[in-house]
Amino acid sequence: MTDRQHQPSGAILPLSLQGVGLFRDGKRVIKDVDCTFEGREDNAPGKTFIVGPNGAGKSLLLRICHGLVRPDEGRVIWLGDAAKDANTVKKRQAMVFQRPVLLRRSAQANIDFALSLRGIPRSERSDRVQALLQQTGLGRLAKTPARALSFGEQQRLALARALAIEPELLYLDEPTASLDPASAHMVEDLVEQAVSKGTRVIMSSHDLAQTARMADDVIFMHRGRIKERAVAADFFNAPKNDLARDFLDGKLLWWRRRSIYGSEGEPCG
Amino acid sequence: MDTFLDALSAAFALIFAGDADLLQILSLSLQVSLSAVAIAVLIGMPLGGLIAIRRFPGRQVLIVVFNALMGLPPVVVGLGVYLLLSRSGPFGVFGLLYTPTAMIIAQVILVVPIIVSLTRQTLDALWREYSETLNSLAASPAQSLVAVLWDARFSLITAVLAGLGRAIAEVGAVMIVGGNIDSVTRVMTTAIALEASKGELALALGLGIILLLVSVCLNLFGHGMTRLVTNEATQ
Ligand SMILES: Nc1ncnc2c1ncn2[C@@H]1O[C@H](COP(=O)(O)OP(=O)(O)O)[C@@H](O)[C@H]1O
Ligand SMILES: [Mg+2]
Repeated sequence: MTDRQHQPSGAILPLSLQGVGLFRDGKRVIKDVDCTFEGREDNAPGKTFIVGPNGAGKSLLLRICHGLVRPDEGRVIWLGDAAKDANTVKKRQAMVFQRPVLLRRSAQANIDFALSLRGIPRSERSDRVQALLQQTGLGRLAKTPARALSFGEQQRLALARALAIEPELLYLDEPTASLDPASAHMVEDLVEQAVSKGTRVIMSSHDLAQTARMADDVIFMHRGRIKERAVAADFFNAPKNDLARDFLDGKLLWWRRRSIYGSEGEPCG
Repeated sequence: MDTFLDALSAAFALIFAGDADLLQILSLSLQVSLSAVAIAVLIGMPLGGLIAIRRFPGRQVLIVVFNALMGLPPVVVGLGVYLLLSRSGPFGVFGLLYTPTAMIIAQVILVVPIIVSLTRQTLDALWREYSETLNSLAASPAQSLVAVLWDARFSLITAVLAGLGRAIAEVGAVMIVGGNIDSVTRVMTTAIALEASKGELALALGLGIILLLVSVCLNLFGHGMTRLVTNEATQ
């Protein structure tokens, strides 16, 4: 599982966003985002969590990083602009969407498809597909149509499909939202396993307990801005940002334009 | 009413006699129309798929044009192909006029817009759902096209059947470019037209009933194929 000899060689990280902004329906939904995600070889954290109220811009930020959405302002820079072509960069990343879209095929065909896109020969694919299905607890559902799986199984299949290509960078958009505790636990395990094998994870989560449990560092977003970025322990013990503090206290409600008590607060990090 | 009963008995007589002329005409009909549809599918499905998954200037215009071309009158297509293939036309040297090949060419032109438009419409919906995921998986445009065509393959049977219906039922184009030459280019529809013009209404109607039966069989086959293979994988 760990061999990467079939993957396009060379790292793509670090990923930097510089002055990134995005407009939707005439509104700025992502504003002045500057941040960097280091590669693992620099001993950088493996898991960055993005938290913030609903509508803060977490999903859009992940999509911008992944290259699915082109920002209207600023730049997305790979490997300090030394990265090879965009296609190579794309091929080293994978994403699990908040609502995964599975192909109208069997569970195993969904994974096989991802591998075939990476030019992995048919003879090698089936062993890897079966291994991934076992690993994600979907072994006996290999031939089941993906659309007939339960939501939790679909989420795991989407994760298996993303892990299949052994990405250097994996985006997860609230992967455990609306999963039962057992499924959520399984997903968390799989993420940890991938990280231990060297994958860099950027994950949005609305689950603060999960974030505290798993995150190496935390990005707190509010209304399209990064308000704070800190090592997880620091973020939870002593958030520097007022909004982040209110968010942790549960006072920052998603429908409020401002927090109930604090002001807008200064962006940190 | 009498004519209709006569037509029915004519149809049965022809079928049970295993009339050699009838079989020859029927098989040419199927040969021409099935070939035309096969070629139209090879052209129209990738084209319709590309229109569905690519965004380019003039795309909307192209969609409207192909939709409009679905209603192209067969006689007009027949005339156009006739002018191209006639001795003095640009492709006259090939001597294709009044051959089954000419009839196939005319029917391809009639069927392609149907395949393009119905494929485009079917894939539009699927693409809305798949595009971001395929993009995330780093599928190339060609790989994406193959993926959506494959996953929509059973819905696309409807497009093929619609094309086949148009091809096998049209008379205007095959009459002009084929010439309705006995045992060379005579097909079901031109034979019906001929018998009708001779006043052999019962025979014409009998042939019509046989054509209808063939059409129903083809559709049942297509429908059965869809039913047989459609499961949750394709929902
Ligand atoms: N296509 C769109 N059109 C208009 N507004 C959008 C669109 N996509 C996202 N938004 C808005 O951008 C904001 C951020 O969205 P999102 O990134 O999905 O938030 P989060 O994932 O943090 O809940 C929301 O207010 C949302 O309504
Ligand atoms: Mg979201």
